[in-house]
Amino acid sequence: MRKVWDLIGGVHPPENKHQSVQLPIDVLPLPEKLVIPLNQHIGAPAKLLVANGDRVLKGQELAEPSGLVSVGVHAPTSGTISDISEYPIPHPSGMAARCITLIPDGKEQWIDHVGIDATYSFQDYSPAKLLEMIRHAGIAGLGGAGFPSAVKLSPRKTITTLIINGSECEPYITADDMLMRERAEAIVEGIQILSYILGGPEEVLIGIEDNKPEAHAALEPFVRDTHIQLVSFPTRYPSGGEKQLIQILTGREVPSGGLPADIGIVCQNVGTAFAVQKAIHFGEPLISRITTVTGRACSTNRNYEVLIGTPITHLLAHNGFDENNCSRLIMGGPMMGFTLTDLDIPVIKTTNCILAASWEEAPTPPPAQPCIRCGMCAEACPASLLPQQLFWYAQSHNHERLEAHNLFDCIECGACSYVCPSNIPLVQYYRASKGEIRKQAQEKIKSDRARARFEFQKARKEQEEMAKAAKREARKQAAEQAKTLSAGRGNKPQKNADMVKTAMARAAEHQASPAEQQARLERGIVRAESHLHTVEKRLETIRKEGTEQQQEQALAAVEDARRRLEDARSKRAQLNNTAGTSDTDKVMERLQASPRDTLEKKIASCKERIAVTRQKIVDSDDETLKAALTSGLEKQQAKLADAQQALAALPDNTPDTPVNQETTDAAANAIARAQARAAATRDLPAEEQLRQTVVALEGRIEKAKAKLDEARAGESEYVNALQAGLEKLQNKLLDAQQQLNTVTTQPSTVDDDTGDAASSAIARAQARVAELASMSEEDKLRETVASLKSRLEKARIKLREAEAERSEHVDSLRTAVEKLQVRLTEAEQQLAEYHP
Amino acid sequence: MIELILQNPLIAALVALVGLALVFGAVLGFAAIKFRIEGDPIVQQIDELLPQTQCGQCGYPGCRPYAQAIANGDAINKCPPGGQSTINALATLLGVEAPSLDAEHGEENDVKTVAYIREDECIGCTKCIQACPVDAILGAAKMMHTVIASECTGCDLCVEPCPVDCIDMIPVPQGLSDWTWDMPPPAEEQIKAQRHPAEIIATDRGDKAA
Repeated sequence: MRKVWDLIGGVHPPENKHQSVQLPIDVLPLPEKLVIPLNQHIGAPAKLLVANGDRVLKGQELAEPSGLVSVGVHAPTSGTISDISEYPIPHPSGMAARCITLIPDGKEQWIDHVGIDATYSFQDYSPAKLLEMIRHAGIAGLGGAGFPSAVKLSPRKTITTLIINGSECEPYITADDMLMRERAEAIVEGIQILSYILGGPEEVLIGIEDNKPEAHAALEPFVRDTHIQLVSFPTRYPSGGEKQLIQILTGREVPSGGLPADIGIVCQNVGTAFAVQKAIHFGEPLISRITTVTGRACSTNRNYEVLIGTPITHLLAHNGFDENNCSRLIMGGPMMGFTLTDLDIPVIKTTNCILAASWEEAPTPPPAQPCIRCGMCAEACPASLLPQQLFWYAQSHNHERLEAHNLFDCIECGACSYVCPSNIPLVQYYRASKGEIRKQAQEKIKSDRARARFEFQKARKEQEEMAKAAKREARKQAAEQAKTLSAGRGNKPQKNADMVKTAMARAAEHQASPAEQQARLERGIVRAESHLHTVEKRLETIRKEGTEQQQEQALAAVEDARRRLEDARSKRAQLNNTAGTSDTDKVMERLQASPRDTLEKKIASCKERIAVTRQKIVDSDDETLKAALTSGLEKQQAKLADAQQALAALPDNTPDTPVNQETTDAAANAIARAQARAAATRDLPAEEQLRQTVVALEGRIEKAKAKLDEARAGESEYVNALQAGLEKLQNKLLDAQQQLNTVTTQPSTVDDDTGDAASSAIARAQARVAELASMSEEDKLRETVASLKSRLEKARIKLREAEAERSEHVDSLRTAVEKLQVRLTEAEQQLAEYHP
Repeated sequence: MIELILQNPLIAALVALVGLALVFGAVLGFAAIKFRIEGDPIVQQIDELLPQTQCGQCGYPGCRPYAQAIANGDAINKCPPGGQSTINALATLLGVEAPSLDAEHGEENDVKTVAYIREDECIGCTKCIQACPVDAILGAAKMMHTVIASECTGCDLCVEPCPVDCIDMIPVPQGLSDWTWDMPPPAEEQIKAQRHPAEIIATDRGDKAA
């Protein structure tokens, strides 16, 4: 004997089951019409498959499942669809819903239906296939809630225990009891199918209350050799509740808000097991169910196998229903059922009982009295809740507290109402509160959506407005620009001149090096040649077939092209001649100047220097400096005297020929060499050019040094000039070397004019590093300060621009400026420290 | 140094206090940055309670502006769509006495409504589309418009601008999906009305009594 646990709480109302078990299950004659609601289950209503006036066969699918949590409905008998419309359905609200009305033709003509083949057993099918069959057989839980069975039978967790609910704890109802007594074999087969679908749980239990010994005895022989266990436990309401039955049979509790599947348990009603067996074994969909018709207002109390959709009036008419004796007509049991207001409503898949209660059975309940806090409800509650607390909170609509007290764990069994000495309709409060909370939650979702949509719309409108404003602004600016442009063209020559100047400056900037210019000219020549070629060709064709006018045009075009080509060629020739001359012109001029002019110039400059030196002597306070200046002055005066003498000695009629023919020739030679070299290097790549420059410079420095030494030895007056020249040469060499470095390290950036700004910046930075490396510490610092200052200036300008434009980079620019300032002050400090 | 402090209790006290002040200042400063809250949380909370119909009956252009106004001290009884329940909720949140609804701004209507456009009469002027605060009306110029009933908040802002008066506010039909049980009437009324209170049956009481 298996251990069973006690039900928490619970009540024991009079059973009143004996009235309806005296007679076996009967079948009623066909009613005049059947009304089949599309939604008899929990979930989405089924999707209609038939139209008004269609003839349907027994078992034909009238509507198919419209989603995962949905089941179809089938024709309970053959006949014609006479109406598809809103019709009152069995629901506590008494509302109407969409129903199919079927007029039976009495032929009971089945649709072709096949179950599993006689030679096979259900094990030859895959569980998925069987589940699909169950789904299409329209099976929803027959215990009362009507949850789609296929969904319940495909849990995500591994199932260890299958529980078959045969407890039927509510008073008056005997449908499951009679089913177990009469159809035990089919039920056991159905249970085996369910167990197979669930992957063979370790335990399969049938829970039956001990007030149904006949049902127990009927099932016993069929389960004897199987893994199914029959478990009997004490009768107590509401042991038939899913969670309560699990607690009784396994001692485990389903977590709050969870499902039995969470703890590896699936619970099915015996009626469902029977329906599954019918669907799998015979291929018959769910078109009928066992319903108890009982109550003292009916003369006959018994169970019927009723077709789904049979009107209640039809059932009652066959049981001697006395309307005058009936206080209330209840669908379901006396504890959890609801009062029917309309007798015309149909029996649906979840209708397990029609209770026509007499006035003695269901007297008008006395008015509710105040709660006396007796606590009997808390003792009776099978879900271990605090019904009186819930009652207070429900009265004050305190939804937060209600939820905190686990209102949603209430199974609405009515045990608390049953035991309440003040006759307070507690469950009605809970049901209403649950509804309110659900409604509010839905409204909250809706209002959140509305808020989101409203805010989105606001954002969208703002954006549109901004876009419009930006467009307007742009248009305004464009208009203003056009205005100023036209005004400037008309009467502002000054400005025009400025514009010309700037344009010229730009052009000068853009002026390319001789090499580039030449390349451009070459390209131009090639283009001109090809153009000439094409126009000549065209002229040919036109001569053959064109008109005179066309010929003339073509001829003109050819002339034009020729002229252009000539232009380009002459330009190239010009460039070749002029290349390199500009620098040498000055030298030639100086060399060819007359000696008189030279001497006069010398005298003038000497006089000027003397004047300056005298002034300096007067200004100076320092004795040593004065002495030095005086000596310098004396030298200058001597020079002046020399020059004046030489000028006097020069014969007046000396022709203005160069002083020294030899020197001039040498210089001219040098110029010729330089030009030749320039011509030679023009075609070389930049790197090569630079290298040559470096080599040449080195040679020149050598020479200059030698000359300097010589001059020093001879105490020549040119020592200073030579030294300055040497320094200049050294600087040039340094520059050239750096350029060469950059070219060799970053060849692409210098060779291609497409080199992007970033890489050229890198090149510059590298050049700077090289430069810095050759500098002294102090120079470096000075250099840093200078560069930082210029950078700071640039950054400030940029920042001002950004601020004017309200750019998004303003912040970053501002921080950059600040950083630069900090660095500048640091560098300046360092420099100051360096200077004693 | 330590001895100096020990010998002068005044300095010791000062050092201790300054030290504490520095420590707490640092902690508070850190917290002020770390746990910074954007915006006014009370406005958010008030906005949560408002019904979000965006109808503007309160005199503000939407629910959030009204929430802002309430946070700045405006009256809480200007929201007819929310009704007394919203006023009560706001009163609880703000810790004030719940006033009754200000009739100046409209009357509470128990029946929820949605806008419905009689499509044959619609001339496609798009005026209602521009008026809808939640973009619940579909349509284009010179095309028939229609209301997305599930998104309509029933604010009736679209009724006024319609030049041909083809918009009706119709009550939302109650379906099975949103039906709920009613609260049982109070006991005094039950006695007066001589009606039984409970749909919950517990019929066997009669037997038990018998």
